[in-house]
Amino acid sequence: MPKIIKDGAIVEDQWQIINLNDDPTTTDTGAKNILVPLAVWQAQREALITRDDVGVYITEQDDVEALKEDCVNLAVIGIEFHAFTDGRGFSAAYLLRERFGFKGELRALGTFIRDQLCYLSRCGFTAFALQDENLEEAKASLSDLQEYYQASANEPRPLFRRR
Amino acid sequence: MYIYDQYDHQILSQRVAQFRQQTERHLAGDLAEEAFLPLRLQNGLYVQRLAPMLRVNVPYGMISSKQIRSIARLSRDYDKGYVHITTRQNIQFNWPDLADVPEILAELAKVEMHATQSSGNCIRNTTTDQFAGVAPDELLDPRPYCEIIRQWSTLHPEFAFLPRKFKIAVNAAHEDRAASQVHDIGLELHQNDKGDIGFRVRVGGGLGRTPLIGSVVREFLPELELLSYLDAVLRVYNQNGRRDNKYKARIKILVKAMGVDAFAEQVEAEWLQIKDGYTKLTSDEVGRAKEFFTSPAYETNDIDALNSELDTLRRQNTAFDKWLTRNVTGHKIEGYTCVTLSLKPTGVAPGDVTERQLETIADLADEFSFGEARTTHEQNVVLSDVAKNQLFALWEKAKAAGFATPNIGTLTDIICCPGGDFCSLANAKSLPIADKIQRRFSDMDFVYDLGDIDLNISGCMNACAHHHVGNIGILGVDKKGEEFYQVQLGGNSGSDTSLGKVLGPSFNAEDIPSVIEKILDIFIEKRIEGESFLHTYRRVGMAPFKEQVYAKDH
Repeated sequence: MPKIIKDGAIVEDQWQIINLNDDPTTTDTGAKNILVPLAVWQAQREALITRDDVGVYITEQDDVEALKEDCVNLAVIGIEFHAFTDGRGFSAAYLLRERFGFKGELRALGTFIRDQLCYLSRCGFTAFALQDENLEEAKASLSDLQEYYQASANEPRPLFRRR
Repeated sequence: MYIYDQYDHQILSQRVAQFRQQTERHLAGDLAEEAFLPLRLQNGLYVQRLAPMLRVNVPYGMISSKQIRSIARLSRDYDKGYVHITTRQNIQFNWPDLADVPEILAELAKVEMHATQSSGNCIRNTTTDQFAGVAPDELLDPRPYCEIIRQWSTLHPEFAFLPRKFKIAVNAAHEDRAASQVHDIGLELHQNDKGDIGFRVRVGGGLGRTPLIGSVVREFLPELELLSYLDAVLRVYNQNGRRDNKYKARIKILVKAMGVDAFAEQVEAEWLQIKDGYTKLTSDEVGRAKEFFTSPAYETNDIDALNSELDTLRRQNTAFDKWLTRNVTGHKIEGYTCVTLSLKPTGVAPGDVTERQLETIADLADEFSFGEARTTHEQNVVLSDVAKNQLFALWEKAKAAGFATPNIGTLTDIICCPGGDFCSLANAKSLPIADKIQRRFSDMDFVYDLGDIDLNISGCMNACAHHHVGNIGILGVDKKGEEFYQVQLGGNSGSDTSLGKVLGPSFNAEDIPSVIEKILDIFIEKRIEGESFLHTYRRVGMAPFKEQVYAKDH
């Protein structure tokens, strides 16, 4: 089982990623503990929403507003990066946490890098499926930056309200 | 000036440690160039044509004598003994070794300076008027707001990977010396009918490939709403700005594509969701920021006596008189002045300054201006609090150090990017063009007589020297491997910002001084008493200039 960084620890990943195929209505969602693409979620929503072992992942291209209603009922939401320099996922995370009230696991997927862990976590990500990294070493990057000026998902008060 | 507390120090030192660790991983082969690139850019480090270049932020242009001495020492220890002042009021080292950069940043942190976000697709150093806090035409001091923006933008977790770079300028004066209308966000401090302080917010200005003047998206933003509104603008941009084409990725393209009304509506809708959250500024915080920008201990002197003494010195010394006319400007306190040290003597790259000159500037700042100086976007240095009875002594020392060329605001006070000699983006050299022009127009009386002229030279369409807003703008272009220069007329970056228009087909480098001469001939011929170049151009239009420059020789 692959490992991820979750809540600051290295753990075995309990979730299986379902890839998008040509027709989201017929994508096989029979397995347990699955993360499905947004298109599959939307196509098979009626069946999937009754299950508690289904999460959804979106890409930078997707509009996070699509999960505005459903997110509070999801255990896991993933945001998949296709280029680590594409920062849309950071705003999507902010909106899920701060606007839509998502409380579950927010997972970074795809090509982000360990040097972004601090910013990602400040925007509300709690799990990181890093590719090609020594997780033990990478985990250290979570604490690169420990004090910030701005408000964020894990510290709602900006520094000027605390100093 | 702003002084760091324990939090500021902690934030900066953790950043320095992070970059040290990233550099080590990169040098050890554990962090690929592709991933390291945006990280180093966001720590100020470019790799240029000949060597890395490190751009250090000078927040809104304010720098202390202690900081200047530190820059001087670092340029001796890690570089070739000179630095460059940029058109964003920052300071660049041109030749540091990559392996030394973490140490340079650690040294800078000791004097409360950093290179964080001085490049890369993130929020850059906020700029303002070089006379902020002392300008007679100012509503109030913009620097506390600049510092508040600096803190908000520094390591903002959501906006570190924007579609493109993002520049904010703040203007608080009647005459806009911050070029705020050609910034991604231009903030103009003003008062509403009720006397409340707030900002007129312009978005989507910028130069580069698609020069545009910013559009007003909010006429009055109450001061305490500043940061939540900036968050809203950035969030809309971060989500919707184009990422498929870097030449269409600036916010100006988004504003244009959506239309300013639709853009403003979306920002407003986003802002309404967050405006009453914790990011709303408090009066205490604004007050705290203001406490750092209080007036120094100005002396009160007999103003009439000061003025008459100065008049006498002027009459006795023509060179001093010229320097006073061009390089010394008004101050909100009677008996004080702002002095601009010219970094534009002929034969020196505009904005370049040696470590010894830096030491001298630090000494002059200590002796004449309460230990502070400012860098300007015209690439000069300002001493902002010089008593009138000290001017002659300062002039003599500035002259000895090579800073007293009385050319501020004139033809030879050229704004120029490093160009093809240094920059890997450039299409053409720019420094030799500046040099040729300065040499052609070495007759100071002639230059004087021309009055105010902004001449800006960019080596490529990224427009680092803001050629679109020069009264005369020169742009280096590449045509099949050969360097040519396009000339534009009529640009202006002040309160009545305008973008220059292209004169016609481009020229060889050799022809540029003659072309400029012909343009000036027409100006002299057509001008009405008291008119500046820009006034004349606006009155007579492009035609006579075009006719003269492109006329066939007989």
